Amino acid sequence: MEILLLLMLLPPLAGAALNGIFGRRFSHGLVSVIGCGSAGIAAIFAIAAALTSHLGPDTPPFVHGYFTWIQAGSFRTDFALYYDRLTLIMTLVVTVIGFLIHMYSRGYMEHEGGYYRFFCYLNLFLFMMLVLITAGSYPVMFVGWEGVGLCSYLLIGFYFPKKSASDAGKKAFIVTRIGDAGFTVGVALLFWTFGTVNFPELFPKVAALGLGDQQHTLTAACLLLFLGAVGKSAQLPLYVWLPDAMEGPTPVSALIHAATMVTAGVYMVARSNVLFVHAPEALKTVSAVGCITAFFAATIALCQNDLKRMLAYSTISQLGYMFTGCGVAVFSSGIFHLMTHACFKALLFLAAGSVMHAMSGELDMRIMGGLRHKMPTTFWTFLIATLAISGVPGFAGFFSKDGILAATYSGPLGSPWLYWLLTITAGLTAFYMFRGLFMTFCGKSRVPHDLEHHVHESSSKMTVPLMILAVFSIVAGYVGIPEVLGGSERFDHFLEPVFGSSQNLLASNGVAAAHTASELVLMIGSLTAAGVGILVAYWFYLRSPEIPEGLATAFSGAYRTLVNKYYVDEFYNWLIVQPVVVGSRKFLWQFVDTGVIDGAVNGSAEATADVGQVLRRIQSGNIRSYAAWVLLGAVGWLGYLLLR
Amino acid sequence: MPLADHILTIATFLPSLGALVLVFLPRENAGRIRTLALVFSLLTFVVTLILIFGFSRSAGGFQFEENYAWITSPPIHYHMGIDGLSLILIVLTGFLTPLCVLVSWTGISERVKEFHIFLLALETGVIGVFVSLDLFLFFAFWEVMLIPMYFLIGIWGHGRKVYAAVKFILYTMAGSALMLVGIIFLYERSGSFDYPQILAQLSDGSLPLTHTAESLLFWAFLIAFAIKVPIFPLHTWLPDAHTEAPTAGSVILAGVLLKMGTYGMLRFCLPLFPGASREFAGLVSVLAVIGIIYGALVSMVQPDLKRLVAYSSVAHLGFVVLGIFAFNMEGMEGAIYQMVNHGVSTGALFLMVGMLYDRRHTRLIKDFGGLGTTIPVFSTFFMIVTLSSLGLPMLNGFVGEFLIIIGAFHARVLWGSLAAVGVILAAVYLLWMYQRVFLGEVTDEKNRQIPDVNRREKWMLTAVVAVIIFMGIYPQPFLRQMDVTVAGVLTRVNPQAVTARNGKLGAPKGQTQAGIAPRPQIRAGSGGASR
Repeated sequence: MEILLLLMLLPPLAGAALNGIFGRRFSHGLVSVIGCGSAGIAAIFAIAAALTSHLGPDTPPFVHGYFTWIQAGSFRTDFALYYDRLTLIMTLVVTVIGFLIHMYSRGYMEHEGGYYRFFCYLNLFLFMMLVLITAGSYPVMFVGWEGVGLCSYLLIGFYFPKKSASDAGKKAFIVTRIGDAGFTVGVALLFWTFGTVNFPELFPKVAALGLGDQQHTLTAACLLLFLGAVGKSAQLPLYVWLPDAMEGPTPVSALIHAATMVTAGVYMVARSNVLFVHAPEALKTVSAVGCITAFFAATIALCQNDLKRMLAYSTISQLGYMFTGCGVAVFSSGIFHLMTHACFKALLFLAAGSVMHAMSGELDMRIMGGLRHKMPTTFWTFLIATLAISGVPGFAGFFSKDGILAATYSGPLGSPWLYWLLTITAGLTAFYMFRGLFMTFCGKSRVPHDLEHHVHESSSKMTVPLMILAVFSIVAGYVGIPEVLGGSERFDHFLEPVFGSSQNLLASNGVAAAHTASELVLMIGSLTAAGVGILVAYWFYLRSPEIPEGLATAFSGAYRTLVNKYYVDEFYNWLIVQPVVVGSRKFLWQFVDTGVIDGAVNGSAEATADVGQVLRRIQSGNIRSYAAWVLLGAVGWLGYLLLR
Repeated sequence: MPLADHILTIATFLPSLGALVLVFLPRENAGRIRTLALVFSLLTFVVTLILIFGFSRSAGGFQFEENYAWITSPPIHYHMGIDGLSLILIVLTGFLTPLCVLVSWTGISERVKEFHIFLLALETGVIGVFVSLDLFLFFAFWEVMLIPMYFLIGIWGHGRKVYAAVKFILYTMAGSALMLVGIIFLYERSGSFDYPQILAQLSDGSLPLTHTAESLLFWAFLIAFAIKVPIFPLHTWLPDAHTEAPTAGSVILAGVLLKMGTYGMLRFCLPLFPGASREFAGLVSVLAVIGIIYGALVSMVQPDLKRLVAYSSVAHLGFVVLGIFAFNMEGMEGAIYQMVNHGVSTGALFLMVGMLYDRRHTRLIKDFGGLGTTIPVFSTFFMIVTLSSLGLPMLNGFVGEFLIIIGAFHARVLWGSLAAVGVILAAVYLLWMYQRVFLGEVTDEKNRQIPDVNRREKWMLTAVVAVIIFMGIYPQPFLRQMDVTVAGVLTRVNPQAVTARNGKLGAPKGQTQAGIAPRPQIRAGSGGASR
């Protein structure tokens, strides 16, 4: 097993190294063989590990320390990997979807410069993501955590001669680092409280506590860890980097900024479920932040005209769903949605990439329309993904979103307001997704004439991954059919060894939702919302397109606020960025450093020199003046003796 | 073997021997001068590597000791010896000096002979500081090392080089004067200049110090070292000296000279004056944290690349000081590790800024832009070094910073947490700099013509990057060397922190520490925050 895990992890690293060091001299073909091949090998060994791991319901997680990484004093962390059923699901999601996106990139990046550089970064990303999800301790997880952040930085800024791209990359790195600082401090707190930060030692120790023991410390630690998740998974208030991250090539948006990296925060919270259940206040923060973010981002998505940015806000919103699911202590619902979302959101982005390819890089939906005739595969796959994300029955998103909605109402820490807000958000989601679909693919073509003749369906290199993901976007939901619909919730049961003890802890302490409702009723609520959303989108954007324009004029203030994303970027710039930069330059550097401190230094030097100038006069070499000094001294001395 | 008994002397004076040989070479043949200087610096590096293999990491005290009477009255000895701390710093010096010779290969074209003589003499001074166990000998090396540095800045520097050189030397001398008073006072009281002897007398109580005396002595030494580090607000010599110095000078300055300050704290301030150290640890930690944040913010707005890197040193060394004054194994080992990291990474940044200067004869950030397209290989190297400097895991900087934050957090929750904020700022100033220099469009036509790395530079940078990656992935060989030394220092200032790890000292590798949750409740100093 420890060999299998290495065989899964190392090929992408080797691929990155090969392409990174020698790629410049390789042909495109060789680069893609190395890049896609290593991703494929990783996927094969991820499947092999899943098949051979034989993780029964009571099997302890597989842990293997390869070598001691850092040891100082009582702090020790090995380079250890950790494999349980949660890891199993995550490795499958990451490697399989990662492989498909690698394959798609062959077509998408064909005519771009820096082909080898792209595959090098993509492979490195895959490696780091695998480190993140297989890590056996927080520091090792942090390796992957920062590693994926680095790859994200490099890939967002892939077209680095463009200022907006390098700005976006830098912003992503710095904003997520704010969260990472919290994460680091959280790890320090855990270490000094429990004496270890390695999962196999830490989790049993915490699990042995009763509910309420160490509560303040654990709440603080969990909130700090969650701060890291907020940065990485783009939640309020640190979500601002993700929409800008769309500057990167579209496969990157699909892989990193939709399917995998941004879900790392959700994974980390789920992985730390043992800690979080001991800190109910922290969990409530998680669900509140998630729920509000879900709603907030969905409102911004309503008015976006840029296809990828709309999808970016949708990702932020869907991540909010996952956090809410974890926050109400039904962690498996969050992971379930993470999995289905990875399929359909990757598909949405890749389909958007296909559109972008056809439209020569154009992403403004206002000049699209009617593309379905020219790009049928892209259209149909996009439609399937849209149905999935909108929660239409039968598609993957329906089952997972329903799981979260049910959890928000009747989960251990559930609360009706979470349910209602997320249900409204589900309606908004259906609306903006169908709005995007209609504006892009349906109705009359608004494509400018010079682009029109160029529009074409993408090559099979790109459409085959789309079709495979479309299949996933339908079937992925069937692993977790809820009981009300005659299923057996296999997904939840599968993850019971990971989350079961946490749920038992809450149950045995009588923590339960104040409200319960039939899941069927809740389901009808969300279905209604989705249905209304789709119908309104249809009415607004296919039947009578004058209505949205009329609304935009009638409520121009609200409309402008939404189009400008609530002016949050401007606000941050005004509140933080400018004061820090200007304050550092004008006050700290030019005033304090150069003026006060160095002024004092140079001042004392000048003072010394001045004193020297004065004293120099004494040493004039003039005998008469020396004689005068001697006389003066003698008189002074006598005077002193006399007056003593 | 007699040579083996004098290995520290060899390590110290081999560079001087090289300098002496250079004196007799004709100045016309610059190539031969460079080659010989390189050979001698590489030989010295080899000797320092031999030290690693001969060093026993489980033995306490000093190793490779050499002790001869030098002056009978007052009793001054030629006493040398190293422990884990000095070993690591000597190796760092040995590693950086050949790089300095190499980076000056084309950059220095005037007075080549004198330049290399001074450079090698400087290496002797620096290694001498790290191996001396006699306070007088230590002081001698400490002062001697200033002279070649003064000339390196003053002759081969740029811009206001004389101002910077004089400022550097006066600043340092002001501190050394205080330290000299402290040394003489200790001699008066103990009758010895011998460090281990004085330490023994202080430990067993045969040399009692009053509270006032101890505090004064602590500050006399600390200020001397604080200037060298530098600790805020004693740092203003550094941006000038770093910026105006030639590349090799900046590398040595940042790489090892600053470490002499933190070395001094660990070697002298803490073990000799533990009471005062505990009393003032809070205050020093506050200054360290100010240094971290202030250094980062001021660095962020520098228009000059070298100044930016110089101010970043203030921030990085703030981390080191914070780790030292955390008074626990985690923080202190992190601090020592960070000393090496900073030497390698910041040294490398100065090397690379020097390479850019050789190409463009400017260091202003606004004169660059878009270099990623014109010199991609160089840009990649620069990126890796930048990432190491901002503490990316799997590269060296992370290990040190992380351990320091862990340690500092335990000693003082608030300061430890604020240090973590410093990590964010490091990303800000470094990535912003990187963006303005390497990303974006090429705006200045001159930047299109510049050549990418040549073979010499490629090998230098590959060596540096290899060290950076190795130290990030496998820090254990370094951390293990420090265990006994750090435990020794802690025995003096905070014995509880050592008790916690007694079980592990000398324990076979691989034995887990599960189940031990040591929580020595120390709240040294006045700045202790309660949890």
